[in-house]
Amino acid sequence: MPTIDPATFNELKQMSGADFINELIDAFLDDTPDMIRNMYTALDKKDIESFRRNAHSLKSNANTFGATELGALAKELEFMARENNLEVGDRLEILNEAFGKAAEELKGMRT
Amino acid sequence: MRSAHEPGYLLVVDDNKVNRILLARGLEGDGHKVETAEHGKQALEKLRSDSFDLVLLDIEMPEMNGYQVLETCLQDPELRDIPIIMTSSLDEIDSVVKCVELGAEDYLNKPVNPILLRARVNASLEKKRLRDEQRKLFRTFATKEVADELLKTGFSLGGKYVNASVMFADIRSFTSISEKHEPSDTIELLNNYFALMFEAIIGHHGTVNQLEGDGLMAIFGAPIHHDGHREHAVRAALEMIALLKGFNIEQAAQNKIQIKIGIGIATGRVIAGYTGTQHRATYTCVGDTVNIAARIENHTKEAQHPILIDQYTSEGLTNDIEVESLGPMLFRGKQQEIRIFAVKPKE
Repeated sequence: MPTIDPATFNELKQMSGADFINELIDAFLDDTPDMIRNMYTALDKKDIESFRRNAHSLKSNANTFGATELGALAKELEFMARENNLEVGDRLEILNEAFGKAAEELKGMRT
Repeated sequence: MRSAHEPGYLLVVDDNKVNRILLARGLEGDGHKVETAEHGKQALEKLRSDSFDLVLLDIEMPEMNGYQVLETCLQDPELRDIPIIMTSSLDEIDSVVKCVELGAEDYLNKPVNPILLRARVNASLEKKRLRDEQRKLFRTFATKEVADELLKTGFSLGGKYVNASVMFADIRSFTSISEKHEPSDTIELLNNYFALMFEAIIGHHGTVNQLEGDGLMAIFGAPIHHDGHREHAVRAALEMIALLKGFNIEQAAQNKIQIKIGIGIATGRVIAGYTGTQHRATYTCVGDTVNIAARIENHTKEAQHPILIDQYTSEGLTNDIEVESLGPMLFRGKQQEIRIFAVKPKE
């Protein structure tokens, strides 16, 4: 099963136009590591609001590209934060790995 | 009728770069001009320094979130007319409902569907254009204050009793003037004349609600109540006479028609409201006060005074306005005599 859902990705490509899909992929590849880093920092500082917001943005972007697994993981973390629960265990590491896979696949999808 | 796809100037507010690019490119592809902001504060700065047709606003943002931006805009008279479409992910539906209740124009789920985006943006832009046109039309006839009130209350076609001052003004012997001149000269004369009269009336919180031939009717103290409406009406009349004096001097210099006018003002209870249909409505006043104002105006020529007012109007004036009592008058068809006063124009 591909990490990136082809139907969602094609729809995105159609909307942004083939010219801009590279710009979008680059923005995603640039911003996501920052978001994950922000989540680690927020976890250290017990800043639930920042953790939740970054998880939220990451989820939103993942869903935009059809990175289904990454989106689901981010959503789970967002909801935990909403319930004031930062006992995330190794979920951030799993999320980071999921991003790594999605990133590899997206790099190959640039036109 | 303008096309529904006329481009607009849009502001996309989102802390997330992917979303900003996505929305901006989609909208630019549709021919719109797009500016972006990364957070609420920046959005407000841009909104205050430029004139946007529409805002696409994310809810979740650091610094200042979408609610705060929406609330700030709705409370700011300069910004509250810009339609705002909230953009949010599906699981924020509660937040979206709150925003729409607060006064957001519409909402879009993220990831945004391009067809929905286009449809909602174009529909909102079209609505804004219609509102802008309506507002422009009202502003020709009334103060900004009244125009805003009319748009806010949204033309309920119901009437109510209000205490107001009603003014009628007419050009004397206009029929014979118009018969002696070219039609184009007559229309030009009327347009120049009305432009001056509107300025005086609107400048004193009045609303012009009827134009017929060379005559006009204006209301002071409604639809928005002002305690000083009697004085406002009389001061407007004095300014109309003063402006006309200047106008006549200019006309004389160009060898053009000079005109005289009569103004009648009466104050009292009137029934005010919108009459007409949903498509064509005017704010109007009816009642005895309106008839009396018309009668008084009619009497100006015979009385040889340009401004005549009734007693109740005269009682609402400050001392610096010079008034002369002309005694009671019995108008045809009226049971009671009406005391008439002449207002002396300043030299």
